[in-house]
Amino acid sequence: MQSLAKRCSAIGLALATVTSSSVFAEWQLDMTPGVTDISQQVFDMHRTMLWWCVAIGIVVFGAMFYSMIKHRHSKGHKAAQFHESTTVEIIWTIVPFLILILMAIPATKVLIAMSDTSESALTVKITGSQWKWHYEYLDWEGEGGIGVDYYSVLSTPSEEVIRPALASGLFPKNTAKDSYRADGNYPEQSELYKRDVDKPLVIPTGRKVRFLITSDDVIHSWWVPDFAIKKDAIPGFINELWTEVPDDKPGLYRGQCAELCGKDHAFMPVVVDARPVAEFEQWLADAKEAQKAADLAAASSLDKTFSKEELMAEGEKHYLARCSACHQANGQGLPPTFPALAGSAIAVGPVADHIDIVNNGKNAMPAFSSMLSPKEIAAIVTYERNAWGNTPSDGVDVVQPRDVAK
Amino acid sequence: MGEHHGPMKGIKRWLYATNHKDIGAMYLWFSFIMFLTGGALAMVIRAELMYPGLQLVDPNFFNQMTTTHGLIMVFGAVMPGFVGLANYMVPLMIGAPDMALPRLNNWSFWILPFAFSLLIFSIIQSFLGIADAPNFGWTFYAPLSTKYGPASTDFFIFSVHMMGISSIMGAVNVIVTIFNLRAPGMTLMKMPLFVWTWLITAFLLIAVMPVLAGAVTMMLTDRHFGTSFFDAAGGGDPVLFQHVFWFFGHPEVYIMILPAFGIVSAIIPTFARKPLFGYASMVYATASIAFLSFVVWAHHMFTVGLPLAGNLFYMYMTMLIAVPTGVKVFNWVATMWRGSMSFEVPMLFAIAFVILFTIGGFSGLMLAITPVDQQYHDTYFVVAHFHYVLVSGAVFSIIAGVYYWLPKWTGRMYNIGLAKLHFWCSLIFVNLLFFPMHFVGLAGMPRRYSDYSLQFADFNWWISIGGFGFGLSQLILLWILIDVCFRKKGEAVSDQVWDGADGLEWTLPSPAPYHSFSTPPVVK
Repeated sequence: MQSLAKRCSAIGLALATVTSSSVFAEWQLDMTPGVTDISQQVFDMHRTMLWWCVAIGIVVFGAMFYSMIKHRHSKGHKAAQFHESTTVEIIWTIVPFLILILMAIPATKVLIAMSDTSESALTVKITGSQWKWHYEYLDWEGEGGIGVDYYSVLSTPSEEVIRPALASGLFPKNTAKDSYRADGNYPEQSELYKRDVDKPLVIPTGRKVRFLITSDDVIHSWWVPDFAIKKDAIPGFINELWTEVPDDKPGLYRGQCAELCGKDHAFMPVVVDARPVAEFEQWLADAKEAQKAADLAAASSLDKTFSKEELMAEGEKHYLARCSACHQANGQGLPPTFPALAGSAIAVGPVADHIDIVNNGKNAMPAFSSMLSPKEIAAIVTYERNAWGNTPSDGVDVVQPRDVAK
Repeated sequence: MGEHHGPMKGIKRWLYATNHKDIGAMYLWFSFIMFLTGGALAMVIRAELMYPGLQLVDPNFFNQMTTTHGLIMVFGAVMPGFVGLANYMVPLMIGAPDMALPRLNNWSFWILPFAFSLLIFSIIQSFLGIADAPNFGWTFYAPLSTKYGPASTDFFIFSVHMMGISSIMGAVNVIVTIFNLRAPGMTLMKMPLFVWTWLITAFLLIAVMPVLAGAVTMMLTDRHFGTSFFDAAGGGDPVLFQHVFWFFGHPEVYIMILPAFGIVSAIIPTFARKPLFGYASMVYATASIAFLSFVVWAHHMFTVGLPLAGNLFYMYMTMLIAVPTGVKVFNWVATMWRGSMSFEVPMLFAIAFVILFTIGGFSGLMLAITPVDQQYHDTYFVVAHFHYVLVSGAVFSIIAGVYYWLPKWTGRMYNIGLAKLHFWCSLIFVNLLFFPMHFVGLAGMPRRYSDYSLQFADFNWWISIGGFGFGLSQLILLWILIDVCFRKKGEAVSDQVWDGADGLEWTLPSPAPYHSFSTPPVVK
């Protein structure tokens, strides 16, 4: 039993070290205190709960171990025969109840504060979809119709992620065979491995930001630990939450999707870039201009004719960013859920069907016409009709933006 | 007596079994096989998570492993384990000759192999790369499981229907047996606590298994018959699914822990050589927990966007559960207090249960606090919590019960040295496996992740080592059981077996005869 006692004290030690997490910079043991007022309150409450549990644990386990050491048959201890005591039983029903009330009061206060989404300066709509976030700026300081929206996608290159240990690739469908390296010499994973995105969500500091959250397909959950906010993105529902990053805490804050949303659930991080108000306003103005320019470019692309080489190069880039999670870089897909494109009836069949499925989606596949410009879709379709040895049966191997926008 | 009514010969004894001991034994072996199967799936999970990056399995397959691991462990290992113990022990504890409905009993067992064959068939298909197994988590949230579910979802639905039928019939049998077949003088408040906890568990099962059946039936019609219960595009509601599921799911949690309370309440008094402290309050606490289990379900849904009033209500109700659960733990400690304790293998597991279950209870209390739960929700902190209560809780209690009653079942004492080795290996590895999950969870690692970022790498390596160690340790138990059950090794034991044991089962010869209490004993 001594060893049991040792083990328990080891657990106690581990709990004690929780309080000095700065010592273990790489081995974070405890919750992130975060940067907002709410997250600090949540963190404090977490600590309070933890210490209550440690204290109760010391009393209860202490009594148990005392008894196990002292009241042993092998030491000739004779068993007492008492088996009830109304007084004691009432005490240990009432006392925990009172402790619970002490815990419930601050919890109620924080929860009420977290639920108050009124009087926000900025409203951003967040839409989750497999496996990316869409940010849409709805309202800044009472001014609507901002017209800025974009998708935010994981930027970690797949060579850092996919590193099969066996030449047959990843079990069970032998995917990613091409990624196998016999020498085991895979690229080093960067510090921000799996935590970085192409375009973070930009918000101002010192202003209350309200988020409206929904989903295009399955349930996702948008979580930034530093703000202590996590809310499910549910198709057909709009959830609300808010945060306010203090003026003195601009910076990048990282989070992840927290609700199982299918194959690449682990690969849709959240990055929030909190900037001082002036910088934010500048960014917003630039973003508006950029979006207008992009819309113009998309419109003018309809009159242009691009070369096959140009479309193939651009198509490969977009394919790897948008399509390869499901259809795989080698076009083999992950059947039956994610069909192969190499030699598929769609990719080498009539071009109209091919364009239709990319534009409008099917089953689990989203409609890309709302996410990508006609030129980008034209490039992807062109790429898919020529890559991996594909030869279109209708002879149409180059698709122009105007074909897509018809 | 026994000469004319001995067991049938060969396979018929098992196929046509109506004897509660035969059926109980089949349930227990079935549970153990499922435990090893579900454990093997967990090994795949831990192997992939040993290092950051995808080395072994693709993420879709990873999701199938977490899903089927959960389903098999909950419905195949823990629940049938407790039903097996109930079958074997309830008649012996209340002085009944058998379960009240022996043929129903046969059917409720024999449905299970078919139910799990369907589920395992879809896993085998997936291993062969033919088709995906269910990949939406054991909680099968819509629309991931409906509109986006793989074809094998229909196997899963049928399989869950069958498990539900089996559980309901088993529960009916337990209730009818306890209400009608108690020996003269065995009043309700004299029943051993294991019988009490199972009686209450059986009512929970009857209340919630039909709800689960309803949830999967709605899934089925959403998938194939054009309804939109869970599809917002058709006027339905994905959150409705979660309400229905957790209305089943939370009582389900107590279905998996109340019988454990009963087992531990039998073992601790035996080895403390002292009557159970606060018997009546144990009964009331069990009933209170069962009642509260119906009004706390939405604490699994604190991030779905419930109204403030809803979040507050479910927080308060959930916190309340700590009171009766605390009473139980205090009663066990008071039973040990000033006892005359010895530490045989069942007692070791029972004490480990009390400590580790209480740690799981602490994290449960922390999870009850809504604003903080929104940080813990869907992280490894939750994974740590429910594995502490289910593995070092429910599973440890089943193992404790097996070590406690196995000599009565077989008439032989198992290899004690190996059993102690099994205990210490299990204890060390289960903590290496699950304790660091608290840390990675608090640091922000979401659950059901096929891959994680670098700051979680070191702990995950240790967690995997703990996982492999815990998995291998259970092979010791397999050998101990084969040794004593099939190789018939081990010294003969007395009827009493443990010198502090009290209860009708210990008045029977060891091994307990095929037909026991044909004439009811009289309980004073």
